[in-house]
Amino acid sequence: MKKIVKYAAGALVAAALALPGGAFAQDKDAKATIGVSIPAATHGWTGGVNFHAQEAIDELKAAYPNLDFVLATAGDPGKQVSDIEDMMATRNIDALVVLPFESDPLTSPVKRVADAGKFVTVVDRGLSQPGIQDLYVAGDNTAFGRVSGEFFKEKMPDGGKIVVLRGIPTTIDNERVEAFQASLEGSNIEIVGMEHGDWNRDKAFEVMQDFLSKHSEIDAVWASDDDMALGVIEAVKQAGRESEMWVLGGAGMKQMIERVKAGDTMVPADVTYPPSMIATAIRLTADRFVSRAPMAGRFVIDSVLVTPENADEHYYPDSPF
Amino acid sequence: MSAEAKVEPQRRRFAVDLHVIGPLLALLALVILGMSLNDQFLSAGNVTNVLARSAFIGVIAVGATFVITIGGLDLSVGSMSAFLAGVTIIVLNSLIPIAGGGWGTIILGMAACLLLGLGAGFLNGILITKGRIEAFIVTLGTLGIFRSLVVWLADGGTLSLDFNLREVYRPVYYGGLAGIAWPIIVFALVAIIGEIVMRRTAYGRHCAAIGSNEQVARYSAIHVDRVRLATYMLQGLLVGIATVMYVPRLGSASSTTGILWELEAIAAVIIGGTVLKGGFGRVWGTVVGVVILSLIDNILNLTDLVSPYLNGAIQGVIIILAVVLQRGRKGA
Repeated sequence: MKKIVKYAAGALVAAALALPGGAFAQDKDAKATIGVSIPAATHGWTGGVNFHAQEAIDELKAAYPNLDFVLATAGDPGKQVSDIEDMMATRNIDALVVLPFESDPLTSPVKRVADAGKFVTVVDRGLSQPGIQDLYVAGDNTAFGRVSGEFFKEKMPDGGKIVVLRGIPTTIDNERVEAFQASLEGSNIEIVGMEHGDWNRDKAFEVMQDFLSKHSEIDAVWASDDDMALGVIEAVKQAGRESEMWVLGGAGMKQMIERVKAGDTMVPADVTYPPSMIATAIRLTADRFVSRAPMAGRFVIDSVLVTPENADEHYYPDSPF
Repeated sequence: MSAEAKVEPQRRRFAVDLHVIGPLLALLALVILGMSLNDQFLSAGNVTNVLARSAFIGVIAVGATFVITIGGLDLSVGSMSAFLAGVTIIVLNSLIPIAGGGWGTIILGMAACLLLGLGAGFLNGILITKGRIEAFIVTLGTLGIFRSLVVWLADGGTLSLDFNLREVYRPVYYGGLAGIAWPIIVFALVAIIGEIVMRRTAYGRHCAAIGSNEQVARYSAIHVDRVRLATYMLQGLLVGIATVMYVPRLGSASSTTGILWELEAIAAVIIGGTVLKGGFGRVWGTVVGVVILSLIDNILNLTDLVSPYLNGAIQGVIIILAVVLQRGRKGA
């Protein structure tokens, strides 16, 4: 429990807001139901989202008996729309926390929730129309790419040849890669190969095997995701070229943070994109009902560089991710 | 008259030949394309990579050849493999304190994986034969069940094999005999045995008989249900064998393990000349089909010819072309 509280404090810049205050005793009696709609655990990162959502809900339920939560996970945008409609029709929710599968298909269903006067919190992927949500908790994909690019520039002042593995073709991936390329401008770092590894370990392993066959000189790899980084590392090991290159992943998977902490030369750093942002969103939404602090606006969670020095702050041994 | 009579059989022989060598032609074309695009293509390293990564789908697809030949379908193989990998990792990790961190543990883990594969195949088979449910529906159901179970076992994250045990287990994927990687050897053995079973045994002929006409097979005193059940169990066992080789590759299983393997296996089987509605199966053709599919990926990665966004489209075109090559003249 202590660990969880500590973690929550770390994840929430506005942790103070989450603490219950005696002054709001009268609000505590008002019943409220909060619907939480997130993508199913189809890969490591969404697995983390599921874990942190469940954890936040359990803690909040224990702390505020008057709050009730409905958690639904969806495997595709269509299912997510149905989930949200069901929450409105059968559970009479007072607030919705939604991490949209995709922006466009979810925009009008979420707008209907907002139009019905419910409090709406959107997480990570923004909706296609501005002004629908009351609260927007976002990861910063541009910063994710930029921080990664800057690390490459810093590690390779004289330039070099790198290969890049991209995620599933989406706006998220495009924003990251564009920011990464922009931040490399003016350096002598050359991207000799770029392929989609779909944020998948097996796919990344195979793509990297082929990169290694194709290019006799690779100085570093931007795997852009920790699942892909693990596949990449395995392929590099198989080729026996561990001493030639290093790998930068991203997201903050605990196995990778462990390696950074241990000073692994192949994994000098990691860049965060914390799945725990869902917990931030759920907590802030809950505060809307148990406190009087203003909760509307934007809350951007930075992507930060994890190095051996600060790795402890980003290490959550209990999380599956 | 006599001239016409001469032309007719010639044409027909040509058609039969093309039907048989169609997949081989497609494979040859891909190899020539690969050679001309990248001089690393035929290097020992690249050939080993391509064949070793084909081995998982390959071993599974040999099983799928039998399943499709009896007129069935198994959509659950990818999920089953993920589930088996997950359970195997859990078994291996929990055996360390009891059996130690050596080969004994790994052999126990492998045995568990194979047994569980047989069991999963038995589940599919019994539901199809005794439950009288369409294979498509049964295996669609078990696809969802196995996939969910692995997500549940992994808590939505990743199951990872104990680091030290992994180092012991690693040679099963990365090691080999006389310079040939183990997965390639296993794939070759499974394919050769599969081909012999399909061509030379009563079981293989029963499979084809059931696939072409179940009623006639029944009247011919073939134990249709028994052959069917055995075929789904064989498929399960082969998924187990593939998983035993898969686990040491990345030492982990997650919800993305084995995703869409079932469709790749089915595509390979059909490219190889097995008839989708059953009655005729060709194991060596499946092997060619699997290698074709891996080569497409490999060639696309080795070159910058097309936008990576279009990889799927190229694969689709080549799959259809490979099938057209062998069927185009069938009616002539």
